[in-house]
Amino acid sequence: MSDNGKPKFAMYWAASCGGCEIAVLNINEKILDVDANFEVVFWPVAMDAKYKDVEAMPDKSILLTLFNGGIRNEENEHLAILLRQKSQILVAFGSCATEGCIPGLANFSNTDQIYEAVYEGVSTDNPNHIRPQYNYEVPEGTLHIPAFYPALRTLDQVVDVDYYMPGCPPESHQIAAVIDLVLKVLNGEAELPPKGAVIGAGNSTVCDECGRKRHVKSITKFVRIHEVDEIDPELCLLEQGILCNGPATRSGCGARCPGVGAACIGCYGPAEGVIDYGARLMTAVASVIDSNDPDEIDAILEGIPDPAGSFYRFSMPHSLLRMAKPAWSNGNR
Amino acid sequence: MSNKQNQPQDEKERIGVYVCHCGSNIAGVVDVEDVAVWAKEELGDQGVVVSRDYKFMCSSLGQEMIENDIKEQGLNRVVVAACSPHLHEATFRKACERAGLNPYLSELVSIREQVSWVHTDKEKATEKAKAMVAGGVERVIENEPLEPLRVPIHPATLVVGGGIAGIQAALEIADAGYQVYMVEREPSIGGHMAQFDKTFPTLDCAACILTPKMVSVGEHPNIELLTWSEVERVEGYVGNFSVTVRKRPRYVDTDLCTGCGICWEKCPKKVIDEDFEQGLGYRTAVYTPFPQAVPKYPVIDTESCIFFANGKCKACEKLCPTGAINFDQEEEILLLEVGNIIIATGFDTFDARRIPEYGYGRLANVFTSVEFERMCNAAGPTNGEVVLRDGVTKPEAVGIVHCVGSRDRNYNNYCSVICCMSSLKFAHLVKERTGAEVYNFYIDMRTAYKDYDEFYQRVMEEGVLFVRGRVAEITDATRNPGEEGKLVVQVEDTLAGRQRRIPVDMAILSVGLQPPSDTKEVAQRFGISCSASGWITEKHPKLDPVATMTEGIFIAGAIQGPKDIPTSVAQGAAAAARVLGRINKGEMYLEPIRATVDPEKCSGCRICNNLCPFGAIIFHEDLMVTEINHALCQGCGTCVAACPAGAISGTGFSNEQVLSQIEGLLAYSFPKDFELVEMVPA
Amino acid sequence: MSEQFEPVIIGFTCNWCSYRAADMAGTARIKYPPNIRLVRLMCSGRLDPTFVLKALSEGADGVLITGCHPGECHYLEQNYKALRRYRLLLKTIAQMGIEPERVKLVWASAAEGVQLARAITTFVEEIRALGPLRWPLRLAEMDIKETAAVEEVVA
Repeated sequence: MSDNGKPKFAMYWAASCGGCEIAVLNINEKILDVDANFEVVFWPVAMDAKYKDVEAMPDKSILLTLFNGGIRNEENEHLAILLRQKSQILVAFGSCATEGCIPGLANFSNTDQIYEAVYEGVSTDNPNHIRPQYNYEVPEGTLHIPAFYPALRTLDQVVDVDYYMPGCPPESHQIAAVIDLVLKVLNGEAELPPKGAVIGAGNSTVCDECGRKRHVKSITKFVRIHEVDEIDPELCLLEQGILCNGPATRSGCGARCPGVGAACIGCYGPAEGVIDYGARLMTAVASVIDSNDPDEIDAILEGIPDPAGSFYRFSMPHSLLRMAKPAWSNGNR
Repeated sequence: MSNKQNQPQDEKERIGVYVCHCGSNIAGVVDVEDVAVWAKEELGDQGVVVSRDYKFMCSSLGQEMIENDIKEQGLNRVVVAACSPHLHEATFRKACERAGLNPYLSELVSIREQVSWVHTDKEKATEKAKAMVAGGVERVIENEPLEPLRVPIHPATLVVGGGIAGIQAALEIADAGYQVYMVEREPSIGGHMAQFDKTFPTLDCAACILTPKMVSVGEHPNIELLTWSEVERVEGYVGNFSVTVRKRPRYVDTDLCTGCGICWEKCPKKVIDEDFEQGLGYRTAVYTPFPQAVPKYPVIDTESCIFFANGKCKACEKLCPTGAINFDQEEEILLLEVGNIIIATGFDTFDARRIPEYGYGRLANVFTSVEFERMCNAAGPTNGEVVLRDGVTKPEAVGIVHCVGSRDRNYNNYCSVICCMSSLKFAHLVKERTGAEVYNFYIDMRTAYKDYDEFYQRVMEEGVLFVRGRVAEITDATRNPGEEGKLVVQVEDTLAGRQRRIPVDMAILSVGLQPPSDTKEVAQRFGISCSASGWITEKHPKLDPVATMTEGIFIAGAIQGPKDIPTSVAQGAAAAARVLGRINKGEMYLEPIRATVDPEKCSGCRICNNLCPFGAIIFHEDLMVTEINHALCQGCGTCVAACPAGAISGTGFSNEQVLSQIEGLLAYSFPKDFELVEMVPA
Repeated sequence: MSEQFEPVIIGFTCNWCSYRAADMAGTARIKYPPNIRLVRLMCSGRLDPTFVLKALSEGADGVLITGCHPGECHYLEQNYKALRRYRLLLKTIAQMGIEPERVKLVWASAAEGVQLARAITTFVEEIRALGPLRWPLRLAEMDIKETAAVEEVVA
């Protein structure tokens, strides 16, 4: 408890885009409930604070920490461990923390390839091929840059996580619902869900919330959404040959993307109990291909030019393989 | 990672591991004692509390060992490392059951067929055996207690096809006191056997032995005979089938018809009978296919009938003494509830026109075997006279060609089983009725069954000539003197080692048997499968020839593959016996390997809906969820693997079971210096 | 390395055809290398790509998927679903840097013990030639210093 009696709240962004922060702010007036009921002790986007302030806090003094972003470098890791130490409830907030999300796509490359893309890309003028130096002497002392790990990890691959809130970002109405739940728990009106639960999301997949008509599936062709002249607004996108990840993606977002003619890309992650999201899409999409001939099947699959990208866009670090071979082999094995 | 690691101690499994020597079958290659000791040491953390090795686990002493340990050591899981589950899975399951442990909480790991019998390096075999045991242990932890599914059996039976096999099956079941529905698409039952003249090897008259059985069927109080009918749709599952039958209109009121025959005697419209008479004779537009037809009621062929063409005639209606003709009769759709189905839809014959070099359809005096049967039949179009196509001339030389369309990669690769015997029969009949010179052109003589070879010897003694060789051509293009006006059979006589041209007056082609042309559709209607050659697939070619992969659906007769009359009768009786056994028990227990949809998790995406060939997957439009019918589900697990939401679980081969097994197999498969380290939180 | 690399392979078999073929190889005493560990499924249609990924991520160097020949599936047509998933799986793992040759689909009927043993033997040699995969999960122990010590080029 803080000095003014209000429970402490923290939110931190590791390897992320900032969208989760915006999603929280998007709860509009509800933010006042947060302010009224919590003392915000650490939230880099909203207030100034230093890491040493966090280090100085007593263990478990923060009631609730929403941790978004993946663990890519030493700094991310340090804060994950630190905030775990200081928090009673640690929530992996958003797709980056729960399953890796877009930063996780870097797991398809090794660090050499990443450095080259960042420091020697077409828009970068680096004639001397300068790369980051982890320790650099300056008159005032030695500067350290956090070490860059070979692959991105999710929060639960580094520390023990209490709850997961999926989404890229989690929908604001779901965030508001979770805040309401926490407040009820504080008032003794509700119980915390079992540890390890996914909160702020539904029990099924996006199809459950999608209003499109669906029939028995038999796909003869896959098309890219920009190749379609007219998308039938009432019919299931997958039945129109458009690769929609909805069947494998956890519900809770309200199926907003299919609702406006955009295929679901899977930001809410896997359904309950699924250990490899990409595998579910692989099997579901392949099973309904209308062919029994290997060459014909391959021809139909030409319509999915980037299956790894389509199926593991958000979930690579949390999948069974976690990364592509270049990320760990560096040509050494 | 097995999530059992988070389980509280009191729920931990107590696993017994039993490594079998199988004499020296396993112990000769695998160090079984080492495996047993290792299992206790290495897998103790996983719950192995008892680990033994024994000479023969399947013996009564071996089984007792398991039962005693279950009772005394409080085992709640059992892993036996021995032979293949296909041999003894049931044995060890029963042992567990006797000791009070749910039988599905046991696993049989094969270290004989899969290790000791196929590998030679003893060290590596032992290491592999350990890995297999580890896989079994990890898997069994995830096993759940299961109960077989109980399904009640409706006592009525459907027999599809009124040939000799179907008739036999129907009579056996009906005589036992149970209701039978027989559906036959022709106007009369009797099948192909009704077309034959004499049957080998006894040369009984086919009609004489068949018609009493046909009459029994027609008169049997327990058999409802639906001829001129077809099965339209089959729904349901073993014990509870709902069959839709379309009964075509005969245009004859069967309540009034006495079978007196005045209608077809007086019918002015004659057409060639392509079906029963094989084009050799005529019938009228209103007809019964043959005099002893059962049922005796005629049908009107609307395509030939004058009334249906232009509204005139109506002679039959005017002359029928009971007023039974009803041109307005409509088809009837019937819904039958049955517990079991026997499919006995028989065969078609190979179309000899597909072999143009034999001249069938072009050369007048080339006949097929079925045509020849009709010719020989005393009630047939020639009153039993063996004559040429002109209807008058007796042949002086006849060639009988075996294997037409059979044993031929260009047509049907299989042997049609009965053609050698029927060819010999024809040889005998020709000799008897004409005294002509008879040649049988054969590849091999297949006369394997009771009294068959003796029949062959008899025909040889009657002076029939045998030429071993596949006939190349039957032609009327004569070359040599003596061939004018005759058909020439060109053949390589392989035993004599030379080509021969043999002039004959008549050629009889012993055409092979084929599945009826619509067998694939029929099979799909019933949810069963056909093999590559089109015959319906039996459950096991040796040990279960009358059952199919679909519970409750049996097959009998030629539809399972070419066969003779005694074998068809035996299969009809066998199928009937199986059905009677089911009816007698009143209920059936099905293996509880089934898929289930969690309706909470199911989003109604319908991806699984198209994946079940057994129709077990049902979509509820009102609830927008999918459901699986457990009695129809065959447990293949395809939908379990396909569901993108992970909403379908499968018993017996659950995700947890398989994933744990993979973990166990791999955990002990690598050299000591290779470690898979799980990420641990700091 | 003086010792030859011994691949570790997981094989999936179907209860009615390929598992019986493996049994038949046993009864006929046909020999094949001990590198493979077989998992029995009721049908190749049960094959979830998750199983293949699990095997690969836990260190297997190769995965062999077997089932009934097309047209002969005990459950009528479920092996075709396995085939479809297999084609997409190969495409996906290729993007992960895993050689598609490490996952192979082979049909074997219950009578084809000899052929299955031969297919296993061939596959073991194919994987041996590809070398180990041995997917590591020890990210924590990965040589961070190696990546941190990037080339320092003074401007």
